Amino acid sequence: MTAQLLTFYLFSGVILISSLMVISTKNPVHSVLFLILSFLNAAGLFVILHAEFLAMILIIVYVGAVAVLFLFVVMMLDFKTSINKDNILQYIPIGILIGVVFIAELIIVLINTKFDLSNIQVLPNPLSDFTGKSNTEAIGSVLYTDYILYFQLSGVILLVAMIGSIVLTLREREGVKRQVVSEQLQRQGKIDLVDVKSGKGVDI
Amino acid sequence: MIELNQFLILSALLFAIGVIGIFLNRKNVIIILMSIEIILLSVNLNLIAFSYFLNDLTGQIFSLFVLTVAAAEAAIGLAILVIYNRNAGSIEIEKINALKG
Repeated sequence: MTAQLLTFYLFSGVILISSLMVISTKNPVHSVLFLILSFLNAAGLFVILHAEFLAMILIIVYVGAVAVLFLFVVMMLDFKTSINKDNILQYIPIGILIGVVFIAELIIVLINTKFDLSNIQVLPNPLSDFTGKSNTEAIGSVLYTDYILYFQLSGVILLVAMIGSIVLTLREREGVKRQVVSEQLQRQGKIDLVDVKSGKGVDI
Repeated sequence: MIELNQFLILSALLFAIGVIGIFLNRKNVIIILMSIEIILLSVNLNLIAFSYFLNDLTGQIFSLFVLTVAAAEAAIGLAILVIYNRNAGSIEIEKINALKG
C-alpha cells in the first residue's frame, strides 16, 4: 500500500464521515463546520489528482466565502434547533430506501465496469501541450482562449446572482428618515434671505 | 496505485449522502442547501478524476464552472431563505405550505 493510496483512504474516509455528520447533526452550526471539514479534505483529494489550482480555489472560494456565508445565515436566522423525534423518524425509511437503492445501483455498475481509458477517443487534448507548465498556467492558457465565452458567461451568472440577492434582501423600512439631497436643494419659497443689520438682530 | 473506480465509488457514496440528506431532513432548509453543496462536490470530484486519468484539462475547466454556478446558487438560495424567514417567521419545511402542494 503506497503512501498515495493511504492518503486517498484517509481523505475519503474523513469526507464520508464528515458529510454524514452534516446531514445528521441537530445543530446547524456544527453542520456548517463539518461541511468545511469535508471541503478541506476534498481539496486534499484534488491535490492527489494534480488539480492544485482547483484545490486552492475550493479552499478560498468555498471555505472562505460560501461556508462563511452559510455560517452567517445560520447564526443570524436563529431558528429552533430542537428537532421533534417523531417527525424525523417518519422520513427515515424513505430516505434510507432511496439512498440504499442509489448506492447499490451505482456501485454495482462501477465494480462490474473496468474502465479502459486507453481506447477512449479524447477531444483535442489541451494538456499535452502544457508539459512542464504548472497546473495554474495550463488552466489559464486554456481558460482565456478556448473557453473565453464560457468564462464570460460565468461572470454574467455571478453578476445576476449578485443583483438578485441584493434585490431580494433590500427592503424599505417604515419610519426611517434619510437625507434626500435633491429635495433639500430644490426647496423654494420656504427660505427667506434676510439682510441682518449689524447690532440689531433679526425678527423671525 | 489509485484507480479511477475508487474515485468514482467515493463520489457515488458522496452523492448518495447528499440525496439522503435532502430526503431525511424535513426541518431545516439550510441543511438541504448544504446537501446540494455536497452533491456538487461529488460531481466535481468525478470531473477531476476523469480529467486526471484521461490526461485532459477540460474536466478541470468544467469543474471550475460548476464551482461558479454553485457559489451563485448558494448566494441566491440563502437570500431567498433570509427573506422567507423575515416574511413567514420560520423556515421549517413542514410549515412551508403556502401553495398547498
